[in-house]
Amino acid sequence: MAKLSLQQKLAILSDAAKYDASCASSGSTRRDSRNGNTLGSNEGSGICHAYAPDGRCISLLKILMTNFCIYDCSYCVNRASSNVPRARFSVDEVVRLTIEFYRRNYIEGLFLSSGIIRSPDATMLDMVRIARKLRHEERFRGYIHLKTIPDAAPELIAEAGLLADRLSINVELPTDAAVKQYAPEKNPDQIRKAMADVRLRKDGSAERSHTGKRPPRFAPAGQSTQMIVGADGASDATILHQSTRLYSSYRLKRVYYSAFSPIPDSSAKLPLISPPLQREHRLYQADWLLRFYGFELGEITSVTADGNLDLEIDPKLAWALAHRGLFPVDVNRDSREMLLRIPGFGVKTVNRILSTRRHRSLRYDDIARMGASLKKARAFITAVGWTPGALTDSADLRARFAPQPQQLTLL
Amino acid sequence: MTRFVTLPRIGTATAWREAARSCLAAGIPPEQITWGGIDSPRGLFDQPDIAPASGTTNVPRSFIQLADSVVWHKDPSRFAQLYALLWRLLDNPQLTNDRGDAAVARLRRMQKNVHRCQHKMKAFVRFREVGAPGAQRRSFAAWFEPTHHTVEPTAQFFQRRFADMDWRILTPDVSAIFENGKLRLVEDRFDPQLPEDASEELWITYFRNIFNPARLKVQAMQSEMPKKYWKNLPEAVAIPDLIAAAPARARAMAQNSPTLPPGRMRSIKAQLPAPTSAWTGPAGALPAAIHACTRCPLHREATQAVPGEGPQAAKVMIVGEQPGDQEDLQGRPFVGPAGQLFDDIARSAGLDRDRVYVTNAVKHFKFTPRGKRRLHQRPSASEIRHCRWWLDAELANVRPNLVVAMGATAAEALTGSGTGILQRRGKVERTPAGHDVLITVHPSYLLRLTDNDRRTDEIAKFRADLKFASHVLAQHSA
Repeated sequence: MAKLSLQQKLAILSDAAKYDASCASSGSTRRDSRNGNTLGSNEGSGICHAYAPDGRCISLLKILMTNFCIYDCSYCVNRASSNVPRARFSVDEVVRLTIEFYRRNYIEGLFLSSGIIRSPDATMLDMVRIARKLRHEERFRGYIHLKTIPDAAPELIAEAGLLADRLSINVELPTDAAVKQYAPEKNPDQIRKAMADVRLRKDGSAERSHTGKRPPRFAPAGQSTQMIVGADGASDATILHQSTRLYSSYRLKRVYYSAFSPIPDSSAKLPLISPPLQREHRLYQADWLLRFYGFELGEITSVTADGNLDLEIDPKLAWALAHRGLFPVDVNRDSREMLLRIPGFGVKTVNRILSTRRHRSLRYDDIARMGASLKKARAFITAVGWTPGALTDSADLRARFAPQPQQLTLL
Repeated sequence: MTRFVTLPRIGTATAWREAARSCLAAGIPPEQITWGGIDSPRGLFDQPDIAPASGTTNVPRSFIQLADSVVWHKDPSRFAQLYALLWRLLDNPQLTNDRGDAAVARLRRMQKNVHRCQHKMKAFVRFREVGAPGAQRRSFAAWFEPTHHTVEPTAQFFQRRFADMDWRILTPDVSAIFENGKLRLVEDRFDPQLPEDASEELWITYFRNIFNPARLKVQAMQSEMPKKYWKNLPEAVAIPDLIAAAPARARAMAQNSPTLPPGRMRSIKAQLPAPTSAWTGPAGALPAAIHACTRCPLHREATQAVPGEGPQAAKVMIVGEQPGDQEDLQGRPFVGPAGQLFDDIARSAGLDRDRVYVTNAVKHFKFTPRGKRRLHQRPSASEIRHCRWWLDAELANVRPNLVVAMGATAAEALTGSGTGILQRRGKVERTPAGHDVLITVHPSYLLRLTDNDRRTDEIAKFRADLKFASHVLAQHSA
């Protein structure tokens, strides 16, 4: 086989990396290069340097070190039994690409993942080597996200955490049974233990020693994981239950939901469907309600009988329609907790309402200026000059929000 | 009589602030000032600038922040709008917090526009290398067309990020030039036609390949990367092709039938069984069996089962309730806050933890998730009963002379009854299986006591119980 050029390798190894949803570059330590002898900065909030036509942000150079892999996970484009072209970057190639892209302001940093070659330890060691070279030789202060190989030795994970901003380990599928079926070489127990280990190391790095010295920060942007949605039969209730468990147990920054998407040269074991993008979107909405709006898991998933989220309307609206007895809510009087439950109100809107209503009573028009989506909210609120009257309890309220029914075509 | 105030294109924020302060000090109402300079014509009867006035004026910090952004907006009326709000603030200093006020809302919207434009500038400036190859200090340049006057407030971002190289961001408005560690701003540049850069081809290759044709969402892309920026983004040339070819590519992926695995599959399979890792469970038969336990539903939520720990021939066995958050993560018993308290008190009672066997009545952590925390939940009678199996196995292995049951769950598992612990504590009971069990409280009970006297009292009693255990240990070891 002819030797691949850097461009050919980049094509193969970025194509292989696109099924990882995460591209965040936010939430790490603030740092810069004003001193003139390092490169790069991180200012807390992430920057999306481009958007691909799939609507996804491109913030990091997201590549695989290699797409050779000894595992055979059915859902994965890089599984051992797939016939996609294979390539492997050298350490220097990844470092050069990262630095040259960064200097041209294309990216915020590097997201490095890899297929498993030889052994988990050998793979992780190569990834750590890349991060080490970037940090120590190139004095790179941008963002680094390393995918952790779950079976790699703890020392390697310890070093990875000191070099990288974020570590992630994918749980891959929502249930252990599905992992065993579709990713036979992966062990869900070990994946969780590795996440527990990352959390313990991160907790440990936050404690000062008896001399008051702070140990070096371990993975300051935390850890994240990804679950594939729609490959197995798990319901949304199962998926969200799994994420609440992961958030509470391992302090994850994010759980990414990735709609199972057709891959080149797919396996016969998994059905090829068009990716359930709407379902993925609803799961993210529910995830936000759980983390920032004070909703309990049961409240969101009990709205429908089968435990799947309503695809036509968002989960907060679905909850409100099922609990109309609690509405309308008076924006001038009711508690923050209740305001957060109004469909069409976000956290920012609620904060603005709370800070303004200290000084005066709010009118309907005021609410519109505060960023609320009144098309949704109007049926659920009262304000000066506005009451929804019979609207809150009207039978056709859901129909106002759900998409119009489509007539089937004859052909 | 109308005053005319001219503001420069570079340093607008400071100049506006000074002018506004002077006007305010002179008591000039908004309708008597024409703000101009960059893009508004001077009125026919306007007076020239007023002299700077001394004295201080207090305005809310939130207004300063608002003004510092809004002055960079392209709307020619921005200065007048800001001054009008400033004038109203004299009577009502809380006004900037009123998100419902129409004038404030308009200014906030302008502020948001400027912030967005700044953010897009940070994202979409694309440098090309212009320096000579092999030069000591590398040199880059970019042509960029911002919507608002955002170069000046954003230049520092690039300074913080790219201080080890020279760069210039040239725009039709104000340009930023950074050379040898010094930043300067200059006016009026034209598109300099920068030389080609070989890295752009790699970047476009990356852009093409990171796109997933099965999830085409053109609207989502355009709302975040509006077309007006495309002409200066090298990767944008690939967009029309990618969109056009996406449906066919997605269809082809679905229609291609699965292929046969490649030849190297066999050698890969041969490699596979070898790796064992540090995360593989414990080696002993009993701990391994406990690790694999699925007798009750608790295993579905916990990270791992936590088997007992200590010498296999220990004379004393300590039984707690269940692993907590830390125990669940670390896979070892008695390492969380209650475990640490136990260690402290045991040490002061002369009980060496390394010489006793410590374990829990239930081996998996039971909890309810609450945000980023896990709230401990008491195991049910059925869970305790299921886990008895493992406790019995540990008892049969270790065969201690004394078992210390800490708390109701341990007492229930060992004696069949978990009630009335405070009355039973400090006494040794004999179980149906013939073990001597000393009943005491769980250390987490001590942690929960808020009354200081009561706590000291209870700790002393607990220490006495552990002292008894350490006596037993000494007797049987002698």
